[in-house]
Amino acid sequence: MDGAHDMGGVAWSGPVVPEPDEPMFHAEWERRAFAITLAMGMPGGWNIDMSRFARENRPPEDYLSKSYYQIWLAGLERLMLERSLIAADEIEAGKPLHPAKPVARTLSPDGVAAMLHRGGPTEREATRPARFAVGARVRAKMIHPPTHTRLPRYVRGHVGTIERVLGCHVFPDSNSTGAGEDPQWLYTVTFNGVELWGQESDPTLDILVDAWEPYLDPA
Amino acid sequence: MTDHDHHHHDHDHSELSETELRVRALETILTEKGYVDPAALDLLIETYETRVGPRNGARVVARAWSDPAYRSRLLKDATPAISELGYAGRQGEHIVVVENTPALHNMVVCTLCSCYPWPVLGLPPVWYKSAPYRSRAVKDPRGVLRDFGFELPDGTGIRVWDSTAEIRYLVLPMRPAGTDGWSEEKLADLVTRDSMIGTGQPKQPHEVA
Repeated sequence: MDGAHDMGGVAWSGPVVPEPDEPMFHAEWERRAFAITLAMGMPGGWNIDMSRFARENRPPEDYLSKSYYQIWLAGLERLMLERSLIAADEIEAGKPLHPAKPVARTLSPDGVAAMLHRGGPTEREATRPARFAVGARVRAKMIHPPTHTRLPRYVRGHVGTIERVLGCHVFPDSNSTGAGEDPQWLYTVTFNGVELWGQESDPTLDILVDAWEPYLDPA
Repeated sequence: MTDHDHHHHDHDHSELSETELRVRALETILTEKGYVDPAALDLLIETYETRVGPRNGARVVARAWSDPAYRSRLLKDATPAISELGYAGRQGEHIVVVENTPALHNMVVCTLCSCYPWPVLGLPPVWYKSAPYRSRAVKDPRGVLRDFGFELPDGTGIRVWDSTAEIRYLVLPMRPAGTDGWSEEKLADLVTRDSMIGTGQPKQPHEVA
């Protein structure tokens, strides 16, 4: 979706402000929101692409007014509400009002290290040859799906060069809707600054974007 | 808490405390329903606050600076090379390491969210997730570097890696001069988090002497 999360190249007047000796979390609630989000992945059963869509799929004013972990929290609440793991009246009341929904698995303290170590690898066995080889010229498609995609707006319609072939990976556009992993070849595509931003851009600037095969046409 | 209604509250609570109450309530609900175990939550927090962080990545970089065979394995296929040092897993399932040279500087961003190589750098800093960084890194990276007090020489090209898939990027910075014969442990002290994102440089030898 063309949401506020897709920030590449958008004009922001402010500087980047690094924080010296930044703590890992800035408040206790951030710690808990982080941990709850990670832990709920197991009973919740959603995938990372569903999580990302739940976070980004909101009006720009909502997305931009929330802090990072507030967005996580809003995304998590939505995923749980959609699956009836919790109900809106429970969030309002601040306590459980309805019986728990049976879940297949939960995260025990003993399972934490293994869960983190396992992660969620996305590479899958290829079932067909890659369409593009290193050095091929490709054009990013001009698409505007209302659903989740990982093709940023700022490269759509632009021509780049295949830099690396990264193997076959779970396709977020499909995985995020529950339509299955539908693994697709993934490539690193190099776009020159002038191609993306015009003659005023720095010609020594290259931007590299990882793009799945369905995002690309031969150029 | 039970009377708390965020649609009608009388502005006694700041935005922050409202969020605080909401998270606390959510944890109570999820715990009482048996979906989460607070002890597992504590362990998740402790893991990222004390065990996973840029010190891990610094060890990878120091090893690459010290051992040419390791450096070459790292640049060819970083995930197993990094796993040799015991770092692997969530948000680092597929890692690519990109090397800075006098002619080419690399910088990493995630314009769409906050993708970042957790096993080697920990959780991302606020600026990495902020709108100014995510918007400007791909368009005006030299200007962004200036925000960090880092002037990239005119003759140096720049490559900005936008982490749009599940590949996570780590920058291998250039080894500072004047460090011949240094141990890996001492070299690791030079490696800053920002030098592995590409928004900074390693410390100079006199800074850690």
